[in-house]
Amino acid sequence: MRLMQSKTRKALVLAATVAMIVAAGGCKKKASGIDPNSLGPAPVAPSPAPTASITADPLAIDVGQSVVLNWRTQNATSVTIDGIGEVNTNGTQTVSPSTSTNFHLTAKGDGGTTEADVRVTVRVPVAPTTPAPSESDMGTDAAFHQNVQDAFFDYDSYELRPDAAASVAQAASYLAAHPTVKVVIGGYCDDRGSAEYNLALGENRANSAKTALINAGVAPTRLRVISYGKEKQFCSEENESCWQQNRRAQFSLDR
Amino acid sequence: MRYAQLFCLGLFLILLTAPSTLRAQDWFKTETSSGVSNIRIAVADFKPGSADPKTAELKRVFDSTLYGDLTNAGIFDIVAKSMLPQSSPGSPSEINLPQWSAAPTSAAMVAFGAFSTQNGKIVCNGFLFDSKNLQYPQVLAKQYGDDSTEDAARLIAHRFADEIIFRLSGGSQGIAETKIFYVKSGTGNKDIWEMDYDGANQHAVTHLGTVSISPRVSPDNTRLAFSSLGREGFQIKVYSLVLGRMVNFQAAGGTNLSPAWAPDGKELAFSSSRSGDPEIWVSDTSGGGARRVTSFRGPDVSPVYNPRTGSQIAWISGRTGLPQLYIMDSDGSAVQRMTDTGYATSPSWSPNGQFLAFAWDRKYGPGAPGGQDIYVMEVATKRWIQLTHDTGRCDFPSWSPDGRHIVYANTADGKADHMKIWSMLADGTQKRALTGTGADMPNWSWK
Repeated sequence: MRLMQSKTRKALVLAATVAMIVAAGGCKKKASGIDPNSLGPAPVAPSPAPTASITADPLAIDVGQSVVLNWRTQNATSVTIDGIGEVNTNGTQTVSPSTSTNFHLTAKGDGGTTEADVRVTVRVPVAPTTPAPSESDMGTDAAFHQNVQDAFFDYDSYELRPDAAASVAQAASYLAAHPTVKVVIGGYCDDRGSAEYNLALGENRANSAKTALINAGVAPTRLRVISYGKEKQFCSEENESCWQQNRRAQFSLDR
Repeated sequence: MRYAQLFCLGLFLILLTAPSTLRAQDWFKTETSSGVSNIRIAVADFKPGSADPKTAELKRVFDSTLYGDLTNAGIFDIVAKSMLPQSSPGSPSEINLPQWSAAPTSAAMVAFGAFSTQNGKIVCNGFLFDSKNLQYPQVLAKQYGDDSTEDAARLIAHRFADEIIFRLSGGSQGIAETKIFYVKSGTGNKDIWEMDYDGANQHAVTHLGTVSISPRVSPDNTRLAFSSLGREGFQIKVYSLVLGRMVNFQAAGGTNLSPAWAPDGKELAFSSSRSGDPEIWVSDTSGGGARRVTSFRGPDVSPVYNPRTGSQIAWISGRTGLPQLYIMDSDGSAVQRMTDTGYATSPSWSPNGQFLAFAWDRKYGPGAPGGQDIYVMEVATKRWIQLTHDTGRCDFPSWSPDGRHIVYANTADGKADHMKIWSMLADGTQKRALTGTGADMPNWSWK
């Protein structure tokens, strides 16, 4: 406690000096009355390093709630907390950070500087800030068509052939892996036969593909069927290769 | 002489007497009035009644329309224009009947009159005289007035022609004032168009800019039902020809196709896949109270009511594979299959209820040589005759209201965009194109 004694003595000397000046009636202040430094060297002991600790209660909050910071220091002459500023050497304060924050306390004293940290975690609700499933989540047309192939049909038939069943199975696995993708299934026919009948046949073709996808576990709400009959031809040559191209259930992204 | 009945009787007799081996045969000829010679009629060019410069132009339209109407009627033996006397009588006092009844004209009937325009109005007097009855030759005398436009001149000719046909056909209404609705292909879209029965006056009805098909006009000519492609697929639409705009028809799920009016105009039959599989449904004219009539897996499409009774529906079903023609009662009972083979589509029921016209490819299949042609089948006996031969793909026959004509679509080379609309007599004669290419799915008005 030498430090304390030295301080007290200094204060006493100072007070005596002031009293003397006042008592002498001199209104003129003499700053250089007595130089405290000239009073002789105080006994200088090595100053101990400050100690500091800071706690927060609670350590984790939701956005909008508050947290109580509580800090204790010793041997510090100035204490600052980042983001708050200079504070008392010991104290409490209520804060409500909007994001998770590291409260960093710096205690400076004659003996040096000590730091202490406490982290307050702020739980921010996740859902509102994440973008809702949107177009971008469906991926690109190119990626879709790379993985999902059209299902082709025999002439005047709406039964799934083995190759069409394979296309549908592949489509089903892609859809299972990409749950945000919605699909419109277009039913198409070659240009032989009658327009009205072909529209009904196209509907049956698209429905065959839809039924197979549902049986493979795809939710019906993700699938939409439109028959185009022979109204939207893929090609218009009069040969079997072109007719086969037209006889199909076509999968497209339903944006 | 009831020519309409005679015609039907003629067709009926041919079907009745046709041996069953006839089915193997593609070609045979029928006549519109078997056993009865057609009335020989001379159609004089009308006499211009004024010096108005528009007269000559409109009179030419009138003369050619009248001549065409009487030619198209199919019940006349028309005197060629070159065989007519030089005179053009404008009134009963100006005609010298023996000149018309003598060879080479040899006309039994003479249609003549005067046509003039003044002050922007047409005044037309038309007469029909029996050239063999010198004492009381007048069969018909009519006066018409209208604005002096080409459309009006054509309409007056149609009306006069229908009067003549009505008198000489034994009471069968003419069709010169009837309309044909059809699908016109544009670049990437199809809209509904309308024309006079002879192909004149072609104009657009809808301007939806999408794919609109299967136009069917209501029995009272006030509304047009069709099927139109939207975001959710094909839906039934109704357009009011009176209001000039779309009117409400409830949308439903799935593909909705090929509407058909009940003859009382109170219900529509159509194909709908709202329950998953395309079936025939019936609803009121705004789509309410819809009920399913068929229930069999496979496409069911193209219904058409028996216009005589309204109690039967003919339609096309693929329940056994290739599409076949069926009939049933309009409540879905008493289903009967009418065709036994091939690929049958697009039925149209004759106004008297006796016949079904439809498109049929009897040898359909990959690599098969079959062609899709127009056939007429008698409902009671299922006997049929073939009306078109070797002209390319034919489809969408539709009966005229007098039951003597059939309009249909034909593409000579099989390409869809080369489709034209043709008209013929119901025995397959007098075929003529009504439109250029890009016209399809004709529907003849009910009156």
